[in-house]
Amino acid sequence: MNLLNSTLAGTLALAGFTSAAMAADCPIKVGVLHSLSGTMAISETTLKDTMLMLIEQQNAKGGLLGCDLEAVVVDPASDWPLFAEKGRELLTVHNVDVIFGNWTSVSRKSVLPVLEELNGLLFYPVQYEGEESSKNVFYTGAAPNQQAIPATDYFLEELGVEKFALLGTDYVYPRTTNNILESYLISKGIAADDIFVNYTPFGHSDWSKIVADVVALGADGKKVGVISTINGDANIGFYKELAAAGISADDIPVVAFSVGEEELSGLDTANLVGHLAAWNYFQSADADANTAFIKAWKAKMGDERVTNDPMEAHYIGFNMWVNAATAAGTTDVDAVRTAMYGQEFPNLTGGMAVMLPNHHLAKPVLIGEIQEDGQFDIVSQTSEVPGDAWTDFLPESAVLKSDWKDLGCGMYNTETKTCVQIKSNY
Amino acid sequence: MQNSFLMRTPSTLIFLALLAVFTIIVTALSEGLGLGLVSTSLVKTLGKTLCLGLVALSMDLVWGYAGILSLGHFAFFGMGGYMIGMWLMYERTRDIVVHSLADAPIPSTAQEISDAIGNQIFGVVGSAEFPLIWAFADSLFLQLLLVVLVPGVLALVFGWLAFRSRVAGVYLSILTQAMTLALSLYLFQNDSGLRGNNGLSGLQNLPGFSDVPQSLVSLWFLWGSALALGLGYLVAAWVVSGKFGSVLRGIRDNEARVRFLGYSVENYKLVLFTGTACMAGIAGALYYPQAGIINPAEIAPIASIYLAVWVAIGGRGRLYGAVIGAAFVSLLSSWFTGGRAPDIVLGSFALKWVDWWLIALGLSFVLVTLYAPKGIGGLFDLISNRTSPNRHGADLGPDAGALREQEANE
Amino acid sequence: MNTGRGTRLPLPSSVRKRSMTRLIFAGLALLMSCTLAFGQDAPMQAILQDQSALIVKSSRKTIAPAIASITNSGLPQAQDVLQAWQGKLMWQRKSDGVFFRGEKLDSKTYRLFDFDTGEAVGEAPKSDLKQIKPNSGIRALIGSALVQFQLSDPDPLRRLAALTSIQRDPSADLLAPLRASLAAETDADVLAKKRRAERLLTIAYDGDEPARIAAIADMSGDVGVDVRATLNPLLETQIKAFPNTPPATLNVARKLVPGDTISTDAAYAMLVDNGFAPSLISADDMRQTLAQHITDGKVGGIDVNLLDQPEARTRAYAGLVATGLAKSAPTLPEIKTAVASHSFVEIYHDPSKAVTTAAAAAMLGIDLKVGANQTFDLILDGLSLASIYFLAAIGLAITFGVMGVINMAHGEFIMMGAYTGYVVQQVVPNHTASILIAIPLAFAVTFAAGVAMERLVIRYLYNRPLETLLATFGVSIALQQLAKNIFGTQARPLTAPTWLDGAWVINDVVSISYIRIAIFVLAVAFLAIYLFIMKRTRLGLETRAVTQNPHMAASMGINPNRVNMLTFGLGSGIAGVAGVAIGLFAKVTSELGNDYIVQSFMTVVVGGVGNIWGTLWGAAMIGFLQKGIEWFNPSNTLAAQTFMIIFIIIFIQFRPRGIIALKGRAAGD
Repeated sequence: MNLLNSTLAGTLALAGFTSAAMAADCPIKVGVLHSLSGTMAISETTLKDTMLMLIEQQNAKGGLLGCDLEAVVVDPASDWPLFAEKGRELLTVHNVDVIFGNWTSVSRKSVLPVLEELNGLLFYPVQYEGEESSKNVFYTGAAPNQQAIPATDYFLEELGVEKFALLGTDYVYPRTTNNILESYLISKGIAADDIFVNYTPFGHSDWSKIVADVVALGADGKKVGVISTINGDANIGFYKELAAAGISADDIPVVAFSVGEEELSGLDTANLVGHLAAWNYFQSADADANTAFIKAWKAKMGDERVTNDPMEAHYIGFNMWVNAATAAGTTDVDAVRTAMYGQEFPNLTGGMAVMLPNHHLAKPVLIGEIQEDGQFDIVSQTSEVPGDAWTDFLPESAVLKSDWKDLGCGMYNTETKTCVQIKSNY
Repeated sequence: MQNSFLMRTPSTLIFLALLAVFTIIVTALSEGLGLGLVSTSLVKTLGKTLCLGLVALSMDLVWGYAGILSLGHFAFFGMGGYMIGMWLMYERTRDIVVHSLADAPIPSTAQEISDAIGNQIFGVVGSAEFPLIWAFADSLFLQLLLVVLVPGVLALVFGWLAFRSRVAGVYLSILTQAMTLALSLYLFQNDSGLRGNNGLSGLQNLPGFSDVPQSLVSLWFLWGSALALGLGYLVAAWVVSGKFGSVLRGIRDNEARVRFLGYSVENYKLVLFTGTACMAGIAGALYYPQAGIINPAEIAPIASIYLAVWVAIGGRGRLYGAVIGAAFVSLLSSWFTGGRAPDIVLGSFALKWVDWWLIALGLSFVLVTLYAPKGIGGLFDLISNRTSPNRHGADLGPDAGALREQEANE
Repeated sequence: MNTGRGTRLPLPSSVRKRSMTRLIFAGLALLMSCTLAFGQDAPMQAILQDQSALIVKSSRKTIAPAIASITNSGLPQAQDVLQAWQGKLMWQRKSDGVFFRGEKLDSKTYRLFDFDTGEAVGEAPKSDLKQIKPNSGIRALIGSALVQFQLSDPDPLRRLAALTSIQRDPSADLLAPLRASLAAETDADVLAKKRRAERLLTIAYDGDEPARIAAIADMSGDVGVDVRATLNPLLETQIKAFPNTPPATLNVARKLVPGDTISTDAAYAMLVDNGFAPSLISADDMRQTLAQHITDGKVGGIDVNLLDQPEARTRAYAGLVATGLAKSAPTLPEIKTAVASHSFVEIYHDPSKAVTTAAAAAMLGIDLKVGANQTFDLILDGLSLASIYFLAAIGLAITFGVMGVINMAHGEFIMMGAYTGYVVQQVVPNHTASILIAIPLAFAVTFAAGVAMERLVIRYLYNRPLETLLATFGVSIALQQLAKNIFGTQARPLTAPTWLDGAWVINDVVSISYIRIAIFVLAVAFLAIYLFIMKRTRLGLETRAVTQNPHMAASMGINPNRVNMLTFGLGSGIAGVAGVAIGLFAKVTSELGNDYIVQSFMTVVVGGVGNIWGTLWGAAMIGFLQKGIEWFNPSNTLAAQTFMIIFIIIFIQFRPRGIIALKGRAAGD
């Protein structure tokens, strides 16, 4: 990997500091770049455990290419610059062949330049805002058209919502998603006045005013629906206030994009029955693969633990990577990347996930209603929707397209037929 | 003058010599120019550590020498990072945009280029129009000036307001913390025009030097950081060794007495507060291009508290103590969270450092404050048997500087 | 039971055709035989089988014919079927597609009831059945269909359900059945609701103008959301442009003056949309047109290389216009003339002038009332927020305010209290009992923690406030990480007892949740306890003595060590109880303390150190201020917090010692 180093392989006195010369030798190293401390630990620790479980299972099956897999776990501590530092460390010091990691967009943007510089490979498992396509990242979570747009369609068509409250935490995912949705809703004939947007800080806990504002939206006789991109802990206060205000899902339905089984385990759902969430996976999905996955997870982590969507994304991503590396016969990043295109792997919810040339998956979109036991009752499941890196609902990005397989470009302008840029602008 | 002051403080010479030796050794072992034994990520970590040393130095000046426990110096550090980040981001994006627009049939107007840059930087969450604070982003010189001016002016205004109304001690600490919180909350907003929670990213790629490998860029920054730290140390040592430094120590030990002696305590504090803010800004401007990203979480109040902790552990009231504290704690932190520290196995219970490191760190603050108020720097006293001049008469507590005779006499 | 297929209303042929094709695909022979077999003695099952495809598809967009065929069947069992369907009780047997009402026996077995006879027809394992899960949109449609059955149902709950359906989805054809059901209504409460619904439907759908105006008059002054939801659509307007004066038949709300009540740009854009005026040429259009006409490196006589200047582009475009290659853009005078020669009016959708006038007058009164109520609600919100801040800060008012100890771990004591509540709830499942146990236990736990911290750390640092800050900060991060190691990083549930669920609703505008009221009561109780301890007990007296002059107090026989220890424990204990309350209302995570620590210090500092009333005023000021700023800028709560802190910083400039400053010797330094 590192020419300079391989020539100096003899001087091993300080080998701990430098990248070892032997790449792709046994064991094959898998980097896990998830925060284990700090604010994001709440979500990311689960994914670290998922990765350890998957690697364990793969080793029990005989490893990969005749080698055992070894997890290299580092803790970027929810500190975004540390993601870049730890990412560089994983790639150059530990010489990992692939990295599974990140949750927040900002952490991804932090590690992205390092990945592109050192030609690393990252599997990013969380639903995100799109508008990005890097040669070195596979996005196994949902793009906006795989979560936000179908959920909005469900609101428009199935629930007959005419007025929208877009509530979000103030960061790039809700901002972008809400921008896309605003433009989408206007294209569907919803007046701009009928879209109420509000942003709150991370961990916001005082929701009374905002919930009252949402109720007041109903004063002009239109059916109100809430699309929530509220992140993490703040949801707990939001749902508690919603329940206290006695807002029934039949009057003002709420669909959330960041609330899964994990988040619901932090509150009593008796008063939230019927509110919705949109994901590509729910624990309640009725499929054999899912039953086996849940069983293995509970056996490892304890009975009260739940599974969620990003875990499935890692499950698919990891297995696709294993299959691609097996097909390529090597863990070399470029060979694996080429082998990734068109990889198929069964979803936990049934059907096949396919890796597209734009580094996104084709996955089904599920909409679930919250039940009393903190699980979701799946009320709608689409067929596989191909993920779209650049949204079609904003004029600047509608003309853009990502195709790493044939065009070799992540930001291709279909109007001018030129590649805007190959490396990301982070 | 210069000579005599250096003669009076031999620790300065030793420190500068060690810094130079350190820089040369790292360069000689680096991947970019040397034997390749020190990886680029380590070079970056060391370069960043030098910057942290510089900001710790500024903290030591305000706290260790003047007794102002500012919980806002990391905010000034962050402002410096933002200012340089704006230029880096703007220039880099301009290169990309100009390159991709060069193929257009009609040459682009300045407005079109600016719109395209805005579109790339702010993405779909903002408009193509640049907010006012980006007005100088196209000029490296002006942004470099702002690295010093923005933290400086902020500190000047805040300090003037606070010192004028005689806010001191714990109140000032809490007030500076509030300022830091307000600033970080403001920057968290998308509407602040600095890309909200995402902040400015990709700063390690220098515009115009895209062909230079990071192994070399990291060395440039290491040298720059070492130079800044060296100069900063020299200035700090010169300041505290003169009359100005004596007045500062006087303010720390008994503000009222210094005021009665006819010194304008407020002005002294203000000059120091502003000056160290500028110093912190410079440190930040060197730090963030090495870190690669700056965002509001960096200037959250907790960061400034950590800064105080570094200085406390290193030993406040002595300049090298602050630098040692910053380097020691931040490097140790990075080692323990890196997952490479071996677990301690106690029977069936394995103590994972990733889980327990923060607990150990927290408890060590307590222990240092209680039993080793001189911090790591105190160890040097043991070696050189150096004792600081005692202007208090009887030693009243573990750290003479913090316990006022007036309080003891009550 | 003898109603055969022939009496059913015919379905739209398209629907039937579609459903038939689906049936054929689904397994023709079996299902056809079912349909035939059910036709005679199981008419409802026959209808369901007929609509099987639509019911199973379960989409609001296509379900209407299925609901209609059940509703219009005239069968007495229609209501039961719809209710079962709405309540997700309808199951389909996988083997033959027959629908049943299912009743859960245990997690794997269901007892099935026939829809036509209503009798149990046996049990089946869940794996053989498929549940029909109508989504909320379909349930609402079923609810509307049920209205006609339920309005006169003997069960008052069903009658109320019907009224809820009317309110959610009002329509003209519900007015007649609703009016018909009024006379027979016996329950006073239901009758009142029915009358209200009838008034609202009259406003919206009655054909008789005086009846509508009378109904509007009846409802004026009512701030209910449903009333506003009925009146506002009447007042909906649309702006239209006319080449000359608008026709007199229109119900005009007002005329718009370009440049004054409507901007010239907007007015011109409207003309363009209506085709009354040529469209503007945008910079982008111009660039594209220019790019199309490049010949030999020149466009419109201008060198392409020069086109990076906007003026050059304008000249080049003018050149193209001159040669007829592009259409000219309207000039500013042309735009002004075009706008001036048209009239712009705002028109009500509702054609009746009398009705819209009455509605506008009623809305004006309602809006005023709503405004007043909103202000009141905002005050309640502010009061609630203030009580939360006060509760979080009251422990700090003791440790920091009275003793002068900076305890950065105060937030972690709050967190410990919340986790104590969580642990108690794991042991004692009854929520009421667990909260009653948790409150004293949380006090005990954090009291012990506070005493331990005072003995081990703080007592060595009494004269060094800045170092106390650092040491307690160390304790804070250690405790936070410890909580993560013990409880994990997930948020833990702390559930309020059911009697604290819901909200105290005064009207549709003003309401406050019971949990917030409980926190308010708790805050007041702690204020009283604090005052009692400080002013009426020996501990309080000794605390005040030790705070003012430890040496003098010691010489009077007070043990300052003991007093400091107990006082610090008391402050910490109160933080623990606050933790239980905050956990009930927000969340229980290891980061819980972080959210309150800075605010709590602010509260104490703004209020004035050393005085509980100051803390109270501080909390009130911060709470109301934050709500006030939120009200000014409803779409950005983050800004509210930023501005609040800036305001506090400025406030402290003018009152450095807080709202209530101690005077004299007690002020110390």
